[in-house]
Amino acid sequence: MTSLRILFIGGLTSYRALFNWLTPWVLIPTFILSPIVHILLFAYIGRTAGVGDDRYFLIGNAVLNAAIPCLFAMGNTIGGERNQGTLPLLISSPAKRVPLFLGRALPVIVNGFVVAVVALGVGAVLLGVSLPTATWPALAIAVAVCSFSCTGLGLLGAAVALRVRETAVMSNVIFGILMIFAGVNVPLLALPGWMGAVANWLPLTHGIEAARQLAAGSGFAAIRADLFTEIALGVGYAGLGLLLLAWLERESRRKSTLDTA
Amino acid sequence: MRIVRLIGITWWLQLKMRSRSAFDGLLSLLWPLFFATTIFLMFRQGNAAGPAMLSAAVGAAVMGIWSATSTTAAFALQMERRQGTLELLVAAPTSFALLIVPLTLSMATIGAYSMIATLLWGRFVFGIHITVDDPAMFVVSVAVTVIAIGMLGFLIAIASVRYRTAWALGSALEMPVWLICGLVVAVSSLPAWVRPISWMLAPTWGMAAIRDSAQGGGNPLAGLAMCLGLAAVYGLIGWFLARWMVHSARVNATLALS
Repeated sequence: MTSLRILFIGGLTSYRALFNWLTPWVLIPTFILSPIVHILLFAYIGRTAGVGDDRYFLIGNAVLNAAIPCLFAMGNTIGGERNQGTLPLLISSPAKRVPLFLGRALPVIVNGFVVAVVALGVGAVLLGVSLPTATWPALAIAVAVCSFSCTGLGLLGAAVALRVRETAVMSNVIFGILMIFAGVNVPLLALPGWMGAVANWLPLTHGIEAARQLAAGSGFAAIRADLFTEIALGVGYAGLGLLLLAWLERESRRKSTLDTA
Repeated sequence: MRIVRLIGITWWLQLKMRSRSAFDGLLSLLWPLFFATTIFLMFRQGNAAGPAMLSAAVGAAVMGIWSATSTTAAFALQMERRQGTLELLVAAPTSFALLIVPLTLSMATIGAYSMIATLLWGRFVFGIHITVDDPAMFVVSVAVTVIAIGMLGFLIAIASVRYRTAWALGSALEMPVWLICGLVVAVSSLPAWVRPISWMLAPTWGMAAIRDSAQGGGNPLAGLAMCLGLAAVYGLIGWFLARWMVHSARVNATLALS
């Protein structure tokens, strides 16, 4: 019961406390305006370069923007606590670590999902891209899966934040890597072979591919394998993140570097 | 002379401080490279070559100057507030606006590093031939664009003095300026209603001058004149705005509280 309470109530409280996102001055520019302009930027660059079509860039970049809360929020679960001086309190609490950190991930998954869906909807209207109503439920599932897998990677980032002080820099770098490698704007086949190989192990790659197939009219059966791979990657990254958190927490306590990473 | 000395010393001090910051220094170099890499890959996928690749490289490189300025400029005064130095800046006998100009110029200078890094990245990783038709004019155009972007950053910094969360606004301004100033996408390909906004932004003219001097043709001097003129206008607006904002904050005793 305590673990459930930590998972849901603790996670929500942490989400609200760590980020001053409840103000529209942050929420609207970060989660609505930036993702939409991101989509428009690459749609216009695509037109200039003579590659892809608006639908391609709309889906790739809308789903990519789910990564903003997933990466930055999870990185801040450690970095924000450290900045506020509450990290030692958190680490010294007897709470079980799995519900403690997974609870922080749940609101973030929802946040990422909403960001991507809003970007997808508004971007489609602005670019005049038609996404049939029938495809929206399946698209929503694909986006939710991508938010989950990105949050898994974010949890790994949170663990690394026990060693790295500059979590914002780290999250930006991971976001940049996803943008280049995950087939967001350039198809995997157009990337050098080694980049395509790396992409297959990153979150978003399979989810974006699935979303594109859905928008092109494919049925859910056609994208099932991609979605399962995306979920498996998310579980893998989250598991790795929890293991790394446990190890680095022990190391930080042993070396007394919790606040000085 | 005193003013030039003040700007020079403050610019150098701020540049040294920012160069040692992972966010302002390292990320300002890396972040535009991610976008430049994506853009180069897209253009290569579209079989672009010669002038088209050069244009993309130069545009992606200028993106870095703005990138280094937009978010940090919006956040600059909030940072001074956090450090407890905002009151000292306001209390100094020198004009507040004059103290902020070198601060944002230092950000744009870091952006110039980023520009060079992007051009080298394009040359050595993507094999883009960086041939500049008029090197002297190219250097002048870059320098003027750096100053103009610094002045635009100054205006943003001053305008956001009352907002605690200005960093989010500054961050949100990054990509719109990339898009509407014609850095990678021609202004003429944007919707007609966007173009007047582009013309009011100095980077549009700076970019045109840089591109003309790199590729030959056009009239880089006209672009430079517009760029400098707009930078001066930003400076004037910022100066009046700074006086008004600071006076208001002092009268209402909200300088540290905004």
